[in-house]
Amino acid sequence: MKGNWPKIALAVLGIAVIVLVLVMVLGRGGQTEPEVLKVATTTSLYDTGLWDYLEDIFEDRCNADLQITAKGTGAALELGMNGDVDAVTVHDPDREAAFIAGNYSLNATVNNTSAARVTWAYNYFIIVGPESDPAGIGNLTGSGVPEEAFQKIQIEGKADPDTVRFVSRGDESGTHGKEKVIWAASGYNYTADILGNGTAQGWYFSTGQGMGATLTTANQLLAYTLTDKGTFLAYQGSLDLVPLVDTGDDLINIYSVIICKNGTKPEMAQNLVTFLRSPDIQALVAGFGVPQYGQPLFYPWDPGICGLP
Amino acid sequence: MTELWQAFTKALELLVSLNPEVIEIAGRSLRISGTSCLLASLICIPLASLIHFHQFPGKRALINIIQTLFSVPTVLVGLFVFVLFSRAGPLGFFGILLTPTAMVIGQMILITPLLLGFIISALSGVSKEIVDTATSLGASGFQTIWLVLREARYAVLAAVIMGFGRAISEVGCALLVGGNMRGVTRVITTTISMETAKGDFELAIALGMILLFLALIINTILNRLQQR
Repeated sequence: MKGNWPKIALAVLGIAVIVLVLVMVLGRGGQTEPEVLKVATTTSLYDTGLWDYLEDIFEDRCNADLQITAKGTGAALELGMNGDVDAVTVHDPDREAAFIAGNYSLNATVNNTSAARVTWAYNYFIIVGPESDPAGIGNLTGSGVPEEAFQKIQIEGKADPDTVRFVSRGDESGTHGKEKVIWAASGYNYTADILGNGTAQGWYFSTGQGMGATLTTANQLLAYTLTDKGTFLAYQGSLDLVPLVDTGDDLINIYSVIICKNGTKPEMAQNLVTFLRSPDIQALVAGFGVPQYGQPLFYPWDPGICGLP
Repeated sequence: MTELWQAFTKALELLVSLNPEVIEIAGRSLRISGTSCLLASLICIPLASLIHFHQFPGKRALINIIQTLFSVPTVLVGLFVFVLFSRAGPLGFFGILLTPTAMVIGQMILITPLLLGFIISALSGVSKEIVDTATSLGASGFQTIWLVLREARYAVLAAVIMGFGRAISEVGCALLVGGNMRGVTRVITTTISMETAKGDFELAIALGMILLFLALIINTILNRLQQR
């Protein structure tokens, strides 16, 4: 037995070498044309189906292999920081600014201007909830409607958690970030008042998942939730929730694209930026979903709303 | 119950119509899990033999650790592979994160403890008399090991089948290191996860049924091998 130690060990080693070679060879797959471009996007954007729609067009136009992974904004930006993806398309201006300030981005060129963050579409967040609207937020008017609605939900929710509930993304996504902004604008300390410093608040639920999953959960719990309009329209068929609040400055939702400095395909990423802002694609974005839902899921880039460039 | 029935009919419909997206993800599931199971088996059968047939200090502790790793969550394996192969990580220069290769590696890591543990167990089940008889008849160490493996082949193949089952059914690792990218790293389990999150339960259950159907076919084939 002892005499054959080396033989067996050699066999195992040989197999390990084969595996290593396979790893390196298979991992290189896709380096021949077309060129691979990896993009991380938010689940909110991806679940609407817009990316699947644009993917083939971009691949044909730029001879690329567009590979899109959908995560929460936080996770998407993390992939961008590490350079595991070449570009990110997200919708959280604060965190995008931090990403750029952290020197993780490359400047893109659009309209002969150079900028790290390039906006390319927008829509609105809305607060949806059960048709019965137990917290009575459906008919608010005046300015500051989202904040007022959130206040009502918190007050009524704490008083009667079996009737008034709120479901949150709870996943550090762009939508979650926007939700926290509105809670703050409503005068709450998110950790203390909403999360109860860790103790379960019977009226507030965090799914830690994407928009689709969160909407499904809110539907089951007959709860309110904050969602972007695009995803909501895409899921409306399978939900009993209705839009209750859709006006308010705080509800604007702007999508941007950022080239990742640690990525490996800066030129193809620039192609993506140019693509998203080109007039014909902008027209497609504006018209996306209109036949099925009767209204647009997205609005094309508007300097007045999205900012320049 | 109607949802289950609707899902069943949907599964049949997807299969019979040879729905291209379903064929694509099913093929990818089989390729990735089949490769990881094959490679892991190639490594683990000799390695398990090595461990079983030699006495060394810490052998019991090693087997303990192997069996403990049966309980490793798939998402934890995914995290491990992610951190290792991220471009910001130590093996990032391979650039294999968010590719099927990373998924194969992840599944290999996942099922290795399982394969090792159960193959060692299979070898332990072979009567010591066989080993003694072989040695006394002049068999070399290598020949003896091969003999015992053949004696235990039923249980060894059962271990391989289980390894394949764990590989093809896992979600956490595939989702994290593959990224569920359409046309590239999307497999049946990550699609089930995605469709469930989107609320399309019917499609999710249908895909689950298709996965089980594939597993049935694979197992029938492997079973024939086992009975020989």
